[in-house]
Amino acid sequence: MSATVDLAPTVPRADAPPRPTKPRGRARVQHPLAIVIFVVPFGILFSLFYLVPIGYAIYQSLLVIEREGTFGEAREVFGGLTQYVLVFQNGPFWESIARVLTFGAVQVPIMLGLALLFALLLDSPLLRGKRFFRLAFFVPYAVPGVIAAIMWGFLYSPSLSPFSAVTSNINFLSADLVLWAIANVVTWVFVGYNMLIIYSSLLAIPAELYEAARLDGAGQLRIAWAIKIPLILPAITLTAIFSIIGTLQLLAEPQVFRSFSSAVTSTFTPNLTVYSTSSIPNFNLAAAFSVVLALATFILSFAFLKFTQRKDEK
Amino acid sequence: MSRVMETPPTEHSAAGIRRQRPVRARGPRESVLSRVSAMTVMAVFTLYFLVPIWWLFVAGTKSSSQFTSTNPLWFADFNLIENITDLVTYRDGVYLRWMLNSIAYAGGGALIATILAAMCGYALAKYRFPGRETLFNVVLGGVLVPATALALPLFLIFSQINLTNTFWSVFLPSLVSPFGVYLARIYAAASVPDELIEAARLDGAGEVRTFFTVSVRLMTPALVTVFLFQFVAIWNNFFLPLVMLRDETLFPVTLGLYAWNSQVNQIPELRGYVLIGALLSIIPLIITFLLLQRFWRNGLGAGSVK
Repeated sequence: MSATVDLAPTVPRADAPPRPTKPRGRARVQHPLAIVIFVVPFGILFSLFYLVPIGYAIYQSLLVIEREGTFGEAREVFGGLTQYVLVFQNGPFWESIARVLTFGAVQVPIMLGLALLFALLLDSPLLRGKRFFRLAFFVPYAVPGVIAAIMWGFLYSPSLSPFSAVTSNINFLSADLVLWAIANVVTWVFVGYNMLIIYSSLLAIPAELYEAARLDGAGQLRIAWAIKIPLILPAITLTAIFSIIGTLQLLAEPQVFRSFSSAVTSTFTPNLTVYSTSSIPNFNLAAAFSVVLALATFILSFAFLKFTQRKDEK
Repeated sequence: MSRVMETPPTEHSAAGIRRQRPVRARGPRESVLSRVSAMTVMAVFTLYFLVPIWWLFVAGTKSSSQFTSTNPLWFADFNLIENITDLVTYRDGVYLRWMLNSIAYAGGGALIATILAAMCGYALAKYRFPGRETLFNVVLGGVLVPATALALPLFLIFSQINLTNTFWSVFLPSLVSPFGVYLARIYAAASVPDELIEAARLDGAGEVRTFFTVSVRLMTPALVTVFLFQFVAIWNNFFLPLVMLRDETLFPVTLGLYAWNSQVNQIPELRGYVLIGALLSIIPLIITFLLLQRFWRNGLGAGSVK
């Protein structure tokens, strides 16, 4: 949870100067009843459905099932890090981690590159019909991942696809290509969403900042590169972090593709491994997988945040 | 990061400011070549984004025999109404049931989540109390915890109390939106003046009443954003219902269509239902987006936000 320390300073200090008329320090809390009414409902639900599950997953991951004899009654006993040893020895799990990392290394830059390009074009004077493009590119975000995957599954199919001239020659559902077929589905859904986040932050840049550059004869490309992109880096970082988290958590799309392609195994992504392990059922190992995956997600997005911040300081 | 979070509702104001400046700034005019290439890029990608949905729409209007035998991107006999009727009557209207479930999970869940997040974010912004920063930091950490990571532990807990495979097992966890608290806090700090709260106090209004009658209105643009994000998150959530629900009548529409799609190889007639069902299922979300877009525009003016 140490990222909280790092995220907090980016919150605008709108609340920083406390109401100046009130003395600080150990003054009696004003309006305690109202505070309780405001905070407690969320606090209870947050504890029940965020904190308790995280704690329970860690607890479960420390247990092992013990049986007396082969057919004896099973009971859970404390097993220390036994499950974690199993996780680290589990080849398919680490293959699935490597698979989603490869996926992310290719798909995230392409998706964000496109989103940035579209946002810059929408913000430039080069386009007509901006409102139409903005809406058209955003529409796929309204399609849930499961539905998008079903739809593209049909579009890839050699016999049913409207582009059968292509799909009958290239099998997008083969073991070699299915990962990239899924990458295309994710890109299709999320480019417009990321485009809007970046575009919104472009709109917040005061126009005066590049009026001068334009007077000096700078073209759109130069303005975008030298002025706009540096100013919207925080927005790009944010979209990148959410994309990294999303990549490591891939589940719905590959799960749907299992009915289109036998190349998508039950351990294709880390979350599919968690799901198939819990369906065995082996909840303790599944919980350990979950904890390792959550930690990996956390470390990766945290490292990325650190990395971009260090670059800013140079 | 904060600026990004703030932007969706202020987009309107920012655009308003931009529009006031001379439309064509002095300086070099953009060449025809760059205009044409920009429009070409956008046109090509418009096809990329819209053709799959167009295909789905066309497929939804066809009978199953014509689905394979006619041009996939153009209409044959227009069977949309018949297809919809078949879909909603199939197996006693289980599809309608799924749609209603999704609307209940996402609509009800997002509404309550927004109210709870608004209250908590408002308290974090406007009151001082011990543990405030800790609470906020813990909630911020919650933003980084993906919903999928919680699905399995939630299942284990709900099975301890025999509540899996119930409406509540999917509904209750959807009521929590840490991101909503974060956004509500930033907005309340920026858009609800302390003087206004003081004035309400002098008028004798209670704190809670002031929140619901005065502050909530000023926070509306942010709350609409929170509602939208949470609605989409619940509507798209797949893992939680997948692990929690066994009873088909409790499924949200995404899980139902997924289940049908997995059976297409055994029951080929399901293919048509999956297609028309997928088409109908994306309509509520598109409507929600369009409605809320208008809400942002007609909502409180830029002045009240900043």
